[in-house]
Amino acid sequence: MPKKMNIAILGSGNIGTDLLIKVLRSPYLKCTRFIGRNLSSPGMRKASSLGVSISDQSIDALIDNPTCCELVFDATTASYHKKIAAILKKLGLKAIDMTPSQVGEMCVPSINLKDCISYPNVNMITCGGQTAIPVAFAISQAQSNIEYIEIVSSISSRSAGPGTRANIDEYVENTESGLRQMTGCQNVKAILNLNPATPCIDSQSSIFALVDSPDMDAVSESVAGMVLKMKEYVPGYEMIVPPQYENGRIAAMVKVRGLGDFLPQYAGNLDIINCAAITLAEEYAKEELEH
Amino acid sequence: MKKITISDPTLRDGSHAIKHQLTAEQVSRYCAAIDKAGVPIVEVGHGNGIGASSIQVGLSGESDIKLLEAARSTLKHAKLGVHCIPGFATIKKHIKPALDLGVDIVRCACHCTEADTTRNHITFVREQGKQAFGVLMMAHMAPVDILVEEAMKMESYGAEAVIIMDSAGAFLPNRIETIISRLCDTLNVHVGYHGHNNLGMGIGNSIVAAGAGATIIDGTARCFGAGAGNTQLEILVPVLEKLGYSTGIDFYKLLDAADLAEKELLQSAPRVKSISVVSGLSGVFSGFTKHVERISKEYDVDPRDVFFKLGERGIIAGQEDMIIEEAYALHQKKTGKPL
Repeated sequence: MPKKMNIAILGSGNIGTDLLIKVLRSPYLKCTRFIGRNLSSPGMRKASSLGVSISDQSIDALIDNPTCCELVFDATTASYHKKIAAILKKLGLKAIDMTPSQVGEMCVPSINLKDCISYPNVNMITCGGQTAIPVAFAISQAQSNIEYIEIVSSISSRSAGPGTRANIDEYVENTESGLRQMTGCQNVKAILNLNPATPCIDSQSSIFALVDSPDMDAVSESVAGMVLKMKEYVPGYEMIVPPQYENGRIAAMVKVRGLGDFLPQYAGNLDIINCAAITLAEEYAKEELEH
Repeated sequence: MKKITISDPTLRDGSHAIKHQLTAEQVSRYCAAIDKAGVPIVEVGHGNGIGASSIQVGLSGESDIKLLEAARSTLKHAKLGVHCIPGFATIKKHIKPALDLGVDIVRCACHCTEADTTRNHITFVREQGKQAFGVLMMAHMAPVDILVEEAMKMESYGAEAVIIMDSAGAFLPNRIETIISRLCDTLNVHVGYHGHNNLGMGIGNSIVAAGAGATIIDGTARCFGAGAGNTQLEILVPVLEKLGYSTGIDFYKLLDAADLAEKELLQSAPRVKSISVVSGLSGVFSGFTKHVERISKEYDVDPRDVFFKLGERGIIAGQEDMIIEEAYALHQKKTGKPL
């Protein structure tokens, strides 16, 4: 049994609590603190019931005891992460930022996992980014002449908590900036739809690209390869419409069914960003074991 | 006499009918005519509002900024308004530049159950000293209690009016009566109504809304708008006046503006086509019509089936990509093989 890396989770909402369950399953990670602001929140009670050490002291829990962990998942909000990023750095703690703060290096594990572990603060972009950017990247690998890329994500209203709703502009801005960086295409747009239908809709994304006379065989092959890569860390990732050339544009659609850990399966949007963050944290842990 | 404020989204909702290809020149000409008629609010921009130019909904021929500049430099009396959907548009990239060039009213819109996504945007507009309205789109999809709750949220963020939008043209008058009355009883701000014609209810529903207490009514010249078109402005105004409401609009000059719109803006006059009835009955956004027609043809499936499938899934405005998914699935089912 390898020695596990100690981690803390800051933020006891849906994302933080679902992350905790994934960490408890990981052979490489150990959660030594689950930190929020309110001991009676559902997430705190869940953590406590799982025997995890909890604190309601927010960032002070880490300032007072910086050796409790080596890495912090920040599942608070973009504005809060901007405030505490410097504190985490000073405490010598690595940060995996789950918010769209645009502070750290942006990571999509299927694209740049290995590059990211040299950075102390890594940003997980957004749920829509984790879902759609891999396909956009795969298209950009097959076609060099992309004029414009657009990704449209639809998620169930029930899976969008108060944080997402208050940060909808940040969601759009961070997704677009991740899309630009990963594909190299500067002309991009991200759109988010919240759909309240019941039963709740599964999370899905469409990827559109404007390309002059594309090689659709190359595009399809590249995208299919990426979907397999995604399934390695997001089991519920699935292509529902393979790349089509329609009305002068490439269109493809993917959907994500979640693992149903703390959140229902339809919340694949939350599951995928957490799967991505766990993959990155495990990579840090493996790197440390080797050295 | 009870006053009704007419808001004219011809140069916004009409964009849907011509695939968002309005030119600055067209905007100037229509603005000049409608300003003379004394219409108090003119909305301009992409069909889904500022920042919505996209493959998803349609790429604009001319940028929102260019269109808004043309309107701003022409309008002397009317307030200049924009429609804005968070998730498409952001404060930094779209709302702020629009306010900087002189937009007076931002109508912050969302699907009818998601009012809290408009909080930052409404707050920002009010902080800038400009007017903000809340718009609940696809309002036929939520029960009245929810609509009231969502409208109250918008009021609490600072919205000076809440508009009920019948985006799919799916409402019948009895529900409009109930919804508008409840909103007028509950809210301390103006209540508005924006109608579509899919089931032939544009004018009828607007009159019922006014009777139930709505003080802002939307209408477009020659119904210029998504799918079956909107409440027809040059009918709405005289009918309201005949019923004893005051709009402050000059009837002849309004007719002149409508004639100009027919000549200068419309490629073909919107009418209630068979597919528009299906859109209304299935409760799917009118603006989907052109996309559904094109994509169904490409995938060789019945556009009516596509509409009803989208309706069953509760697809909302902004989810145009689902048309491809449904057409693709229907095609596969029909032929037993992928494309």
